Amino acid sequence: MGTIGLALGQAAELIAGFDPRLVQIVGLSFRVSLSAVVIAALIGLPLGAAIAVARFPGRQTVIVVLNALLGLPSVVVGLLVYLLLSRAGPLGPMGILFTPMAMVFAQAILVTPIIAAFTRQSVEDAWREYEEQLNSLGAGPVQAALTLLWDCRFSLLTTVLGGFGRAVAEVGAVMIVGGNIDGVTRVMTTAIALETSKGDLPLALGLGIVLISLVLALNAAAHLINEAAQRRYG
Amino acid sequence: MNGIPRLLLVWGLIAAHAAAIPAVAQDKFITVASTTSTEQSGLFGYLLPIYAKKTGVQVRVVALGTGQALDVGRRGDADVLFVHDKPAEEKFVADGFGVGRREVMYNDFVLIGPKGDPAMVARGRDIVAAFRKIQAAQAAFVSRGDKSGTHAAELRLWKDAGIDLASARGPWYRETGSGMGPALNTASSMNAYIFADRGTWLSFRNRGDLAVVVEGDTRLFNQYGVMLVNPARHPHVKKDLGQAFIDWIVSEEGQRVIAGYKIGGEQLFYPNARRG
Amino acid sequence: MVEGRMKAPSSLLPLRIEDVCFEAGGRRIIDRISLEIEAGARSVILGPNGAGKSVLMRICHGLLAPTSGRVIWNLSQPANGRHRQAMVFQRPVMLRRSALANVAYGLKLAGVERHERQARAQRALDGLGLAHLAGRSARVLSGGEQQRLALARAWALEPEVLFLDEPTANLDPGATREIETAIANIGAAGTKIIMVTHDLGAAKRLADEIIFLHDGRVLERAGAGRFFRGPGSREAAAFIQGELL
Repeated sequence: MGTIGLALGQAAELIAGFDPRLVQIVGLSFRVSLSAVVIAALIGLPLGAAIAVARFPGRQTVIVVLNALLGLPSVVVGLLVYLLLSRAGPLGPMGILFTPMAMVFAQAILVTPIIAAFTRQSVEDAWREYEEQLNSLGAGPVQAALTLLWDCRFSLLTTVLGGFGRAVAEVGAVMIVGGNIDGVTRVMTTAIALETSKGDLPLALGLGIVLISLVLALNAAAHLINEAAQRRYG
Repeated sequence: MNGIPRLLLVWGLIAAHAAAIPAVAQDKFITVASTTSTEQSGLFGYLLPIYAKKTGVQVRVVALGTGQALDVGRRGDADVLFVHDKPAEEKFVADGFGVGRREVMYNDFVLIGPKGDPAMVARGRDIVAAFRKIQAAQAAFVSRGDKSGTHAAELRLWKDAGIDLASARGPWYRETGSGMGPALNTASSMNAYIFADRGTWLSFRNRGDLAVVVEGDTRLFNQYGVMLVNPARHPHVKKDLGQAFIDWIVSEEGQRVIAGYKIGGEQLFYPNARRG
Repeated sequence: MVEGRMKAPSSLLPLRIEDVCFEAGGRRIIDRISLEIEAGARSVILGPNGAGKSVLMRICHGLLAPTSGRVIWNLSQPANGRHRQAMVFQRPVMLRRSALANVAYGLKLAGVERHERQARAQRALDGLGLAHLAGRSARVLSGGEQQRLALARAWALEPEVLFLDEPTANLDPGATREIETAIANIGAAGTKIIMVTHDLGAAKRLADEIIFLHDGRVLERAGAGRFFRGPGSREAAAFIQGELL
């Protein structure tokens, strides 16, 4: 209990002090994870909708695999991306290993299945309700998928937020492909891991509290927007 | 505006904003693969700003276990290696992955143990004797078990003590497979003996009931070496900037800076670069 | 809605249904139906539940493919030409948008230009007494209002043929009256009405001709007046009496 008390004190100090290094680390965490989520959404939303609406051989297998990827361990993703981006690997010449770009890349890979799998479920549920009507009006499969994506926007926002949560909370992937370089690729989670391994537990936990608080604030804001919009549109 | 156009606009705005990811800096920088214990000692935090101010070159340190650091070097993902496992480093050069190895500094290892000292090793100067006593008493001992330089040094000492770990191993010998800090955390919570580098120990906050029990044996000295990743093998390596850093580290000035790094008034690293 | 459109040379009708069968789940739901449906009269497909009425209509509209047999329109439609025929379902399905936007959506799919869409959608809402709800979210409207909105959405497309599948089955008498009036008006303005129902009252009020379906077969087809005065088949007579078939 003593450690937790100290941690809360640390957290308060950190937030009140606006320590520039902390601000830089928090900023980087959010920018990396937001970018990753944007990429993941640009891929995952249409992919999920397409799988929901289309009928093709092997569809059930695709759905099972997609759902299984929800359990992809972040450290495994980190390792695979590292092997891809290493100079000894196929994408080595890009030279983005140990940079924030590599972290965005790895997190995007981690989050895309999450968004795709949940989108697939939401859109498929909606499709069951809308299929006949949309067909009757003459909507082709692409038009139908886009229409459903927009119609399911409230559930999908929650899905995207879930993806963001996964990204900003993970440490396995960014640690390996980013290298936790001070001032360059150190994010909240890797900083917490570092402080823990140095034995400075109150600071580590304090950083954790700061991270959780920020994510909580983000979710609260998104929820309010979602609720207001839902009241208006049903 | 309804439907699809609005969706695209919103995504576009978010993407444009989030894409303000710091681009890989156009400033000069090199990538140095080093070890977690070196980084956690705080040496880099002290030394690198001095170097940056002097040369304008940003030194980016990726801190890993020695084994992983060497692997990074083998793959060409770093420009310079700064580790402390002389046999492994010499093999690295012999295999053609590194060039121009120079000795830089040494620090020492210490044996940490509970103040209660169940194996009765405290105050001794003979590390090998201490290891024998610990094994005889089957006292709890935490090992990093991660193929790091520290781990390799520990294993050499067991060998010197004539103890075959494979057969002597038992519940008293705990391998964590982790870095120095986490292993110390484990030892602290278990009140066990642990073989550690002094640097990490000095900055370690979660000591519990542990203290230094054996130090000063020459066998405990931990030699650091620095070298360039072989540019013949990896043409993209920043050999000029990398070599400049190496030259500075072993120069009089660099060596003075290393000696100047202290924790709680205590010097951690002893520069010992020789000419050439 | 142009008067005399039903006589226009490029008409979808007559619709020819040739030897259509439909099987699903091992059951024969439609058993060799052949019909020719012409322009003009309001046709009501009547029959007990399970007779295959809804399936038949979906086959005509193109939502289902017959297991065998053919559905032939007088004019071959472009692939996306369904806007020349529209359908209103038993349960209205609205998108999460305003009432006006829902109607405009149908027009957009039909390829109508943006500015014309808004105007036509507004006219459709006016025509069905929904003008005051144009900006409201469609999904929060009452059942009757949503069904009227579905009708507005279909009507805005200016279809030649309007299919209706039990449009008032879920509505209260007041809403039912409104819908039936609207259907009658749409029919009067020149759209061919083809409606499915098991409700005798609705059939009596709206039909010009009755197509009586039972067990996947057409048992009888006659003008409405004649059918209700004296049905030709035993099953139709029983059905009109309210007996279970």
